[in-house]
Amino acid sequence: MRQEHYYVPQPMPWPIMGSTALFLMILGGVFVMNGASAGWISLALGVVVLLYMLLRWFGDVIRESEGGKYGSWEDVSFRWGMSWFIFSEVMFFAGFFGALFWARAMSVPDLSSLLHQEMLWPGFKGLWPSAGPGFAEEFTPMGALGIPAINTLLLLSSGVTLTYAHWGLVNNQRGKLNLFLFLTIVLGAIFLGLQIYEYAHAYSALNLKLSTGVYGSTFFMLTGFHGFHVTLGAIMLTVILFRCLAGHFKSDHHFAFEAVAWYWHFVDVVWLLLFIVVYWL
Amino acid sequence: MSAVLDTHGHADHGYHPGGIMRWITTTNHKDIGTLYLWFSFIMFMVGGVMALVIRLELFSPGLQWVDPDFFNQMTTMHGLIMVFGAIMPAFVGFANWLIPMMIGAPDMAFARMNNWSFWILPFAAALLVISFFTPGGAPGVGWTMYAPLTVQMGMGMDLTIFAVHLLGMSSIMGSINIITTILNLRAPGMGLMRMPLFCWTWLITAYLLVATMPVLAGAVTMTLTDRHFGTTFFNAAGGGDPVLYQHIFWFFGHPEVYIIALPAFGVVSQVIPAFARKPLFGYASMVSATAGIAILSFIVWAHHMYTVGMPVAGQLFFMYATALIAVPTGVKVFNWVATMWKGSLSFETPMLFAVGFLFLFTLGGFTGLVLSLAAVDIQLHDTYYVVAHFHYVMAIGAVFAGYAGVYFWLPKWTGRMYDEALGKWHFWLSVIFINITFFVQHFAGLAGMPRRIPDYPMMFEVWNKISSVGAFGFGISQLLFLYIIVSAIRSGEKAPDKPWEGADSLEWTHLPTPAPRHSFHTPPVLK
Ligand code: HEM
Ligand SMILES: [Cu+2]
Repeated sequence: MRQEHYYVPQPMPWPIMGSTALFLMILGGVFVMNGASAGWISLALGVVVLLYMLLRWFGDVIRESEGGKYGSWEDVSFRWGMSWFIFSEVMFFAGFFGALFWARAMSVPDLSSLLHQEMLWPGFKGLWPSAGPGFAEEFTPMGALGIPAINTLLLLSSGVTLTYAHWGLVNNQRGKLNLFLFLTIVLGAIFLGLQIYEYAHAYSALNLKLSTGVYGSTFFMLTGFHGFHVTLGAIMLTVILFRCLAGHFKSDHHFAFEAVAWYWHFVDVVWLLLFIVVYWL
Repeated sequence: MSAVLDTHGHADHGYHPGGIMRWITTTNHKDIGTLYLWFSFIMFMVGGVMALVIRLELFSPGLQWVDPDFFNQMTTMHGLIMVFGAIMPAFVGFANWLIPMMIGAPDMAFARMNNWSFWILPFAAALLVISFFTPGGAPGVGWTMYAPLTVQMGMGMDLTIFAVHLLGMSSIMGSINIITTILNLRAPGMGLMRMPLFCWTWLITAYLLVATMPVLAGAVTMTLTDRHFGTTFFNAAGGGDPVLYQHIFWFFGHPEVYIIALPAFGVVSQVIPAFARKPLFGYASMVSATAGIAILSFIVWAHHMYTVGMPVAGQLFFMYATALIAVPTGVKVFNWVATMWKGSLSFETPMLFAVGFLFLFTLGGFTGLVLSLAAVDIQLHDTYYVVAHFHYVMAIGAVFAGYAGVYFWLPKWTGRMYDEALGKWHFWLSVIFINITFFVQHFAGLAGMPRRIPDYPMMFEVWNKISSVGAFGFGISQLLFLYIIVSAIRSGEKAPDKPWEGADSLEWTHLPTPAPRHSFHTPPVLK
């Protein structure tokens, strides 16, 4: 039977609080970037307000969900909403992948063309990985074996454990659910730890930095934004874990869990692409 | 002041703050639509004043009023504010007001996120304003924000970059909301192919927004890291490329022009049938033409870059693809004309603006076709011909469609009629002055006058004088619009439920005037 009423929520102050927080963060951030360290105050204040707002807003939504406000009609909305949000994230990454392809296929080869060799950059080879003709120092590019390969395995297996957790939820095996969800978070955390180690290694031993020409730019921005998304995903999984421990979710009504799982798989797929085109090829 | 949970199936009980807090915390699609529309009108005025500063300086050759730096800041902020502050929010306002009513829904799918989409905007606008007061002032880089100029600007540029991020967040949230509302909240019986065309154009616009705004966010993020964190995306010495910026920007930028145009098409597709008293001609072909435009819009972006250096094969590809867009656009124009063919036409203000749109948008479309030819564009690129072209499609096309929509739905929104005679005055003044402003710019451009320049040789003087006179005339005429709207709201005649004989979508046939706060508590019964 079709649901009669769609849930239209009450007015709430959290959105404006969120905007204020973003505004404070931006103003502070811009001041810091331009060398006025007083900006840190505004930045920190903004972060605190944003966290508080997220806590309260999600708190409201969770309470409504557990209070049975959302039926199957609202559920479909959430599914569409999350899918399109992930699509927007895909396009965000597409922009940076585009920059990588452009550098590899167009700008670097172009800078080593005969004309450029003659007029501007004598001796520039234009072989990838390249930091460009104006970059004087030596650096070592990041290899695919070692940490990146281990990280691939970690993320892929975290996708498997997450699916096990989901099966546990669907079949009302809460112990299995909690265990595998916990394992997923642990795998994600190890991934992040290894990535931090990798970055430190790049900076200290390989002379590979964010400012290492276009190779460094694309490498750190792509893997960095990915790592940021893994962090967000891990935080969301942790919230879900606490909700599971508190007995939230039913075997047939747990979209919050699925949404986070979708997000996690999306992050997983981005990593595979990264592993292939950033580290490997 | 936490959000009280309501214990009934739907809202309208419990927490209802009054005064300004009503507007700040509202989750009602009509309140939010109103906020969007007023915000957009204010931004239209602000951007308009900037346009007048530009036109004032260009009234005579030589430097008279502002220094070149400030002139550049004016063109940049005028472009950004008009595109992101005036036109886009105006149509989101329409979407908020109309989509739930048209498809028989109680509200938008995500009512609280809807509030956030709006309330980000004033903060983004504030960032743009603040940038004027930073050392070095607002960025003078043009609304396209090309590298490497953007990498060299002062801290106003950083504020602008983050303003673009906020605008992008707002658009993405708004779009997800619109898509979900249309896909999931239609009343039983309201099949996709029965929706008013306005809903279709917004569905597709929202898709374009979700697909392209993140790419723009990526582009300005790269600019930011190039500025402050040592990356070299747009720096050839580091292996990057300023042309890369242009590619990424226009991958967003060309769909963006359809993001502005498609909702305008949607409004016109509601207005023309109502005053022709005939259903829209070729509904299905309108839907597929809209989709076709959206798909093509992703593969034409480099027509903005013919002069930066591109292989001939690339130029040809983008040229043919661009010219191809004329086909679905032509289908639309044909259908609007065919809708009017043998209709019992009447020309109230909304219809006047819609017909004005039809003529002038088509004219802008034709100059677009001229510019799509790579060989021709190499002469015309960055001249006033381009300025004339995009103002015909955006400043005239989209703005006229917006006016048509406001006059058309004002009775339903406010329960009051506007003054028809004054409305007609507004139309005729606008259409005459805006053509005086922009038609001569074609000639200036063809003769070689570059855009984004505060000074010019004597030979362009006459055209610029005419254009400036037109611009001030147009600007002043818009105050008449403000007067018409305010006096309609305060003391207009009471409007009947269906003031327009030929209007047939749900907001006219199934709802009283003015529309109740929650349109459809339970879905209407449709046959
Ligand atoms: C009365 C109305 C308007 C007048 C008189 C006007 C006038 C101008 C002028 C003189 C320029 C500078 C051209 C140059 O030097 O390159 C300009 C640029 C521009 N205008 Fe308008 N404009 C009006 C409305 C609009 C509207 C409604 C839009 C909406 C989308 C718009 C979008 C733009 C854009 C995108 C630019 C390019 C800015 C840039 O070069 O970076 N204008 N306008
Ligand atoms: Cu274009």
